[in-house]
Parts: sequence; C-alpha cells; structure tokens
Amino acid sequence: MADMKELIRLMKALEDQLIVCMRCGLCQAVCPLYAQTGREADVARGKLALLDGLLQEMFDDPGGVNERLNRCLLCGSCAANCPSGVKVLEIFLKARAILTGYMRLSPLKKLILRGMLARPERLDRLASWAAKMQKLGVRPVNETIGTSCARLMSSLPENIIAHRHFKPLADEPFHKRMPALNSAPVNGSPKVAFYVGCLIDKIYPHIAQATIDVLHYHGVGVYMPEGQGCCGIPALSSGDTATFAKLLRHNVRKLESEKTDYLVTACATCTSVIKEMWPVMAADQDDAFQARVQALSDKTLDINQFLVSKIGLKKDAQNPETAPTTVTYHDPCHLKKTMGVFAEPRAVIKAATGYKLVEMDEADACCGMGGSFNLQYYDLSSDIGKVKCANILATGCSVLATGCPACMMQISDALSQAGADIAVKHPIELYAEMVSCVTCQKPLHYDGNRCGHSSQQ
Amino acid sequence: MISKALIDEFEKIAGSENIFTDKTDRVAYSYDAAVLDAVMPALVVRPVHNEALGQIVRLCNDNRLPLTVRGSGTNLSGGTVPSAEGIVVVTNALQKILEINTADMLVVVQPGVVTAKLAAAVEAKGLFYPPDPGSQAVSTIGGNVAENAGGLRGLKYGVTRDYVMGIEFFDVNGELVKTGSRTVKCATGYNLTGLMVGSEGTLGVFSEITLKLIPKPVHYKAMMAVFDKMDDASQAVAAIIAAHIVPATLEIMDNFTIRAVEDFSKAGLPTDAAALLLIETDGHPAQTEEDAAKVESICRQNRATSIHVAQDAAERDKVWLARRNALAALAKLKPTLVLEDATVPRSRIPEMVREIQAIGSQYDLPIGIFGHAGDGNLHPTILTDKRNKKEWERVEAAIEAIFDKALAMGGTLSGEHGTGIAKARFLEKETTPATIVYSKRVKKALDPHNILNPGKIIG
Ligand SMILES: Cc1cc2nc3c(=O)[nH]c(=O)nc-3n(C[C@H](O)[C@H](O)[C@H](O)COP(=O)(O)OP(=O)(O)OC[C@H]3O[C@@H](n4cnc5c(N)ncnc54)[C@H](O)[C@@H]3O)c2cc1C
Ligand code: SF4
Ligand code: SF4
Repeated sequence: MADMKELIRLMKALEDQLIVCMRCGLCQAVCPLYAQTGREADVARGKLALLDGLLQEMFDDPGGVNERLNRCLLCGSCAANCPSGVKVLEIFLKARAILTGYMRLSPLKKLILRGMLARPERLDRLASWAAKMQKLGVRPVNETIGTSCARLMSSLPENIIAHRHFKPLADEPFHKRMPALNSAPVNGSPKVAFYVGCLIDKIYPHIAQATIDVLHYHGVGVYMPEGQGCCGIPALSSGDTATFAKLLRHNVRKLESEKTDYLVTACATCTSVIKEMWPVMAADQDDAFQARVQALSDKTLDINQFLVSKIGLKKDAQNPETAPTTVTYHDPCHLKKTMGVFAEPRAVIKAATGYKLVEMDEADACCGMGGSFNLQYYDLSSDIGKVKCANILATGCSVLATGCPACMMQISDALSQAGADIAVKHPIELYAEMVSCVTCQKPLHYDGNRCGHSSQQ
Repeated sequence: MISKALIDEFEKIAGSENIFTDKTDRVAYSYDAAVLDAVMPALVVRPVHNEALGQIVRLCNDNRLPLTVRGSGTNLSGGTVPSAEGIVVVTNALQKILEINTADMLVVVQPGVVTAKLAAAVEAKGLFYPPDPGSQAVSTIGGNVAENAGGLRGLKYGVTRDYVMGIEFFDVNGELVKTGSRTVKCATGYNLTGLMVGSEGTLGVFSEITLKLIPKPVHYKAMMAVFDKMDDASQAVAAIIAAHIVPATLEIMDNFTIRAVEDFSKAGLPTDAAALLLIETDGHPAQTEEDAAKVESICRQNRATSIHVAQDAAERDKVWLARRNALAALAKLKPTLVLEDATVPRSRIPEMVREIQAIGSQYDLPIGIFGHAGDGNLHPTILTDKRNKKEWERVEAAIEAIFDKALAMGGTLSGEHGTGIAKARFLEKETTPATIVYSKRVKKALDPHNILNPGKIIG
C-alpha cells in the first residue's frame, strides 16, 4: 500500500471542488439512496464531508470512506439540485480513481475491467459465448417484458443473479448482424456517427436497428465504425482510469475516422459519459488529444434530442389523445439531470402512431440501477426500483418507455417481479413502428420477423 | 470513548442497524449548514419509534452523555454541531404524519416529518400550513419548531411559533411531558409550548407536535416592481404597510443579488436596477385584486420604473423563480457563503440596507442583500473563502458590525435562523446580563447535568 501522505497529496487536487459544498443539505431532498436509508453518509453532503475529512487527515485508513463513496448510484440527482453547483459526479469519479489507485483494484474487477472491458474484441467473444451458455441456466418468466430468471441457482454466481428477473443477452449481438455501416445522407440531411453502446449491442440489438432505420427514414447518413468499445463508465466508476484511457483512445480514433456532423447514441448513459465525462477525464492527456475529445463531445446528442432539434419529427395525423395504447415515460437520470433532455423523448413518443402518453408521479426519480451499484447493493437497488414500479403501475399503462438501456433492465426486473403485463421499450422503438421498409414497404418489425431488406435508401 | 457496555445498551434500545459507531459514519454527523468547525460525536443513534427516543434521552442523562437531536441538519447557527464525546440522535426515521384533522383544522406529526411533505399532504385536503423556510424540501418539523423557523410568508401568516398548538416532548429524564392542546384556545398551566419553541434541543426532545392549519387562499396575484434607488424601494415597502395592506410576501433584492441571479438564470432581470420588490397578495379574489392594484399604484408613486404583474400561474412562477434562485446564484460566486438574518423593525429597512452596504465597503467584502423586506428580516449574504484566514477575520468583524447596527435600531440578531453556537456569545448584547442568568437558571433546573445540546443559545 502506498502511504497515506501520498493519498492526501493526490486528494488535494479535489480541494477547490470540495470547498464549493456549503453543507446546506438540500441534496437530501433528491437523493434516491438517502430516501431509502436516511443515512447522512449516503447522501452527497455526507460523502463530500468524508472526502474533506480525508483531506483534513482525519482518517488513518481510507477504507471506510472508499466503501461509502462506492455506495452511490452516480445518478447526479444531487448535482442537478445543488444550489452551489457542486460538480458531485466529477468529484466522486475522480475520488474513486484516486482511492482505487491507493487501494488497488480487486482481482475480480481487474479481470473484468482490464481483461475484458478494455479489449472490445475479447468482450464481444465472451458475450457471445455467454449468450449460448445462459440458455442452460435460465428460464423465461415474463413474456411481455422478456425477462428470465435463474433455472438452477447454483449454476450461476449467486450474487449476480440472485432473484433477479433479468433481460438475457440477445441471441445475436448487433455487431454480428451489422458489423459496420457507412451510408450517405439524402437531400442535404446531416451525417451522423452512431455509437451503439454495450447494452444496446448485447442485450437490446433491436434498438440499434430501430435507430438506424429511423435515421435512414429521415435521410440521415449513418457512420457506424466496426469494433466500437465501451464508453468507459464501468471503468470510471471503479476508479480504473487506465482502462478508461485505453477505451477513450480506441473510441475516439474509431468515431472520428469519418467526417460527420453529429455523434448520436440511443443510450442515455453513453451520451452523458461522452458529453460530460470524456472531456473532464481526458484532462491529463496531451492538448491535441484533448481537443479531439472535446470536438466529439461537443457534437454528441441523444437520439431523441437529435431528431427533435436537428431533423424535425414526422407527425402522424392521428390524435394522440385518442390513441389506443397508453405509454408512460421514465426520465433516465443521465438524460434529464445530467443533460437537461426531457421534453424531446416525450415529443418522440407523442409523434409515434397509436400511443398516448400518460405521465407517472415522479417520472424523473431514479430507477435505482446505478450500474455497478445494482450488482453491489442489489437489495437497496431493487427497493428503489419498487418505488418506480409502483408509480408506473399506478398509471395503468401498457408500455413503459425510457431512453436508457440500463434503466430498461432495472425497470424490467421490477415490473417482472411484480408480475406486470407492461412492455418496456425505448422511445425510438415506438417511433420506428411508423417507418416501413423502403424496398418492400412492409412495416419493419423488431422481433425477428424483419423483411430482411436494409433500410438504406 | 464510550464503553462497549453502553453501546450495547443503545443497541438494545434502538436496534444494531440504527447505531453508528464507525468513525466514517460519525464524521457525517459532525456539521450542519452553519459555517463552523465540525465536531465528531462519539455515537449516532437513529431511533425508529418514539419509545426508543425517550429511552435514549434517559440513558444519556444517566450516563452524563451530551445529547444533540438532529433533524435534517440544515440549521444555520450550529444547533446540531454535537459535543465531542456526545451522542447525536437523528429523528429522520420518525417521519409519520399521525393525523390530519380537517374538522378541527390541525395536524399531528412526528418530529422527523419533512416540512414540504407535510405542506403537500395538508394541501391535498384543501388546507394550508404557511411556514415555508427556504429549506422546506428537507427541513423537519422538529427542527422548524426548535428553531422557530420563518419563511417568505412571515409578514401575513407569521412563523412556526404561530402554528404550534401543542408539543409532546421527553424531558431530560426521558419522561413524557405534554403541552398545549387540540383546542384553538387553551389557558391552563404554564405556556410550556412557548418555552419549547425555539429551544434548539436544549430543554427537551420533541416526540409529537400538533400544528394549526388554515384554509388555503383561493386567489393569488404576484408582481415585480423595479426601482432605480434602493431608498425608493424601501419607501414603497413602508408605504404599503402604512396603507394597511398585508401582502402574503414582500421580498426585496439589491443590485448585487439581481446581477447574480441574472448571470445565473438569464431570466431577463433588469441588471441596472438598484432594487426589486417581489410582491404577492392572496386571499379572496376581489380582495386580492384590489390589494394588488393598490400595491401597484403605491409602487408607482414611489418611483418604480416598471412593474410587471403576473397574468397567469406561469408568470407567477417566473416572478418567484427569481427569488428562489437568489441563494443559488450568490452561492456560485465564491466558495463560502455566510447567510445572516439580523432583523430590524420594518420601518428601519432603508437605513439597515444602507448600513449593510457601508459595512460591505468598509470591510471590503461582497455582500448580497435580499430577504423579507415586509417583516424587516433581511438576509445579508457575505461571499468569501473561509480558507483565506485574513479575509475570514474581516468577515467575522463585518458580521459583528451588522449585529451592532441591527441592535442599535431595536432589532434582533436573528429573525429566523436561531442562536445556536454562532450567536450565543452575542446574545447578551441583545438582552441584559440578567436575561442570560435567568435563562441559565431555567436550563439548570430542567437539565441539571447540562446534557441537552450543551453550548447552544446561552453558551
Ligand atoms: C438553503 C437554506 C435555506 C434556509 N431557509 C430558511 C428560511 O427561509 N427560514 C428559516 O427560518 N430557516 C431557514 N433555514 C435554516 C434551517 O433550515 C431551519 O433552521 C430549519 O428549521 C432546520 O430544520 P432541520 O430539520 O434541518 O433541523 P436541524 O438543523 O437538524 O436542527 C435544528 C435545531 O433543532 C433541534 N431539534 C431538531 N429536532 C428536534 C426535536 N425533535 N426536539 C428538540 N429539538 C430538536 C436541534 O437540536 C437543533 O438545535 C435555511 C437553511 C438552508 C440550508
Ligand atoms: S446541495 Fe450541494 S452544496 Fe448543498 S450539501 Fe448538497 S452538495 Fe453540498
Ligand atoms: S449521485 Fe445519486 S445516489 Fe449518489 S449521492 Fe448523488 S443523488 Fe445520491
């Protein structure tokens, strides 16, 4: 172990950001974790005070602080509500990096992050192997939602599967179906780079397909480079900056290798990481590289945001008020709180044929997923999920839409556990239902019965 | 250090999951929203029912352990900074609204109920709980009562004190004491409710609070008046009061604050204005409109350069957003924000504003002024960086100068934030030496071992 003095020296870099917190405690009103536990060490004010305590040399061992710091959904609700403008997520991620550097990554995390995540080809190979193996260990539990649960508890790592109703890996990840794409824009439309993201690629490949179909429908040119890597958030939240830096270089090189007007993703988390965290976390790289990261980040948009602000939605003649299917929308924290995007996905849903939007209570309350938080603190995570679930059920909707695949997984679990008959979808899936194949004019289905033509014009 | 055996006893009372002994957890209960040095307690307990609360008080007294009750720790005077070797008792698990009685227009709550949640719950039944401290989204009713918290509506609707009908609290021996009643009138016994309001956890620990409710006003009218001179704005405030109009809210913002808010929110505020008045009348529609029209003409007579009257709910929200953003806007300018609340008789507002501005230049400190002009409660907000020792000395001197001016005008050190640790040593200035001695005797009689939040209010 490195010595405490060195740790404190590194933490000093955060001092100017830490001092901004005036301990007003207003973050207690919005922290989903604090709402469950009522513990000060769980809310941003408490965690910031602990980091400050480290700086003030109050602790001989940072283990306790590290543990409390990791008990966090990184949802950013606190930051969005903070009167002082404390950059809570940035501070937490930087602190995790410093503390991880001091405490070292656990061997398991090392294996997962450095051995797999940092190497996109290896991760892909492993996932396709796992997709085949999972059939042996799980059975479907809810057809509408498409969740499964463990068939034999013993065949899978207990703490990861537990009593989850999880979305299984897709039979075929998106990059297998479509390894790369480079289509030209039509009629002066823009050209976008499409960043797929791990969860969409491996669990929800049809969202990637729907996104591409919709972009093509609007004449947008799509550049999707082969071999995209993870956006890096799992590494960042584990404090593994080395893996993050590797992924960043890899992705930047891929995504800028063709001239495009925008960078578009359908994953709220990926978008917010590219937009907010890539530039911040690239700050120790050379200037030229930083400028490249900034350029990419500047032109990054969520798919809903892109369609509404840069293209204009196709408006259907139907009156959404009399539409037969009711849908409610959950605001992913990374879209609303981090990027202020909440009107756009609603506009996309309203534009889709046959859907009537009904708002739930606290639509922007966190679903409790929080990435690795869900793995480490499944019980707390699912308690937060249950609150969301109750609000969804109260609307009487038949579809829950949300703009983040991670939220989709969490909400699927909660709804499935509650035995609900509610489909969980991405707004772009609903919108894409209006789009038909340009070749055969048949509606495009995303459940495997596609006509087989490419959507390219 | 407290002994293992004693910790076991706390555990027996509250349950092991509600006891925090780990240093990491204790550090998180060493501060509140006041700019003061943190003090780490020896133990933190979070009782989940009222019986446990009483037993904890008794156990602390029996073992001479200093006890600090904590709601949400948002007070601005150090009331929840514990004693070293002391116990922090967190009330946020005691968060039940026990009864909303629409016939008698009252509500009975546990101390850890969050103010805004209570306000929303009674509003859903067509009733109104007016005290609305800026921290209402997080503050607890227990904390509000113990600080006698105010808010934006003080001018017309009063402060927390005006709504407390009765309190059940544990005395230092853990015995349950009942004060007040469920009746509008009550003339029996000492007014112990009055003694408890604003007692900052030094005389007893509240376990149940009965609050008065009133009917919800049915109509609102909000407006924003712009002034070229601070004096004109202050004169307008005085003239509104003199005309016997009582707006629900009558808030003022100085130029420094206006500019900060505009930089922060780009709401289109007039950045060259010397002052803004934000005014709302409420009540019966006809009365509300008439009052609003009078207020508007008074503002014009007092040289308001422009007046914007909100035409609908959205415009009303916009008016109040400017005020709600004041603290956030100022907070973003410097690392440390010291929010004071020295209060003067409202006729002295113009003078007080001038004095605060003079103090700002004398000590070379940026001070934003906003606050409840209607009730004389200003919030001079000093912006600084507490790491800068030299500047911090000037801040302390400026605060003292503000206190002196307020007292010289017949005002008070604190309109709503309480005495706590921060103002304890100044209290004698506001009162008399005998007042402090008298208060100390009361404290000694009720808490002979000085275990209830020692060091607060009377030092
Ligand atoms: C951003 C911000 C805005 C604010 N705006 C206002 C405002 O507009 N008006 C205003 O008046 N204040 C305001 N405050 C101050 C503060 O919010 C109030 O003093 C509030 O009443 C404190 O409530 P709390 O639950 O946080 O109490 P705490 O800070 O936890 O405790 C306050 C005091 O009450 C005592 N106490 C708590 N519970 C009990 C109990 N059950 N029995 C006995 N004693 C108890 C504590 O020991 C302590 O002395 C503001 C604070 C902030 C940070
Ligand atoms: S809201 Fe912001 S300033 Fe206030 S305590 Fe939380 S993090 Fe600190
Ligand atoms: S990021 Fe979310 S979970 Fe973490 S402290 Fe902030 S509000 Fe709480």
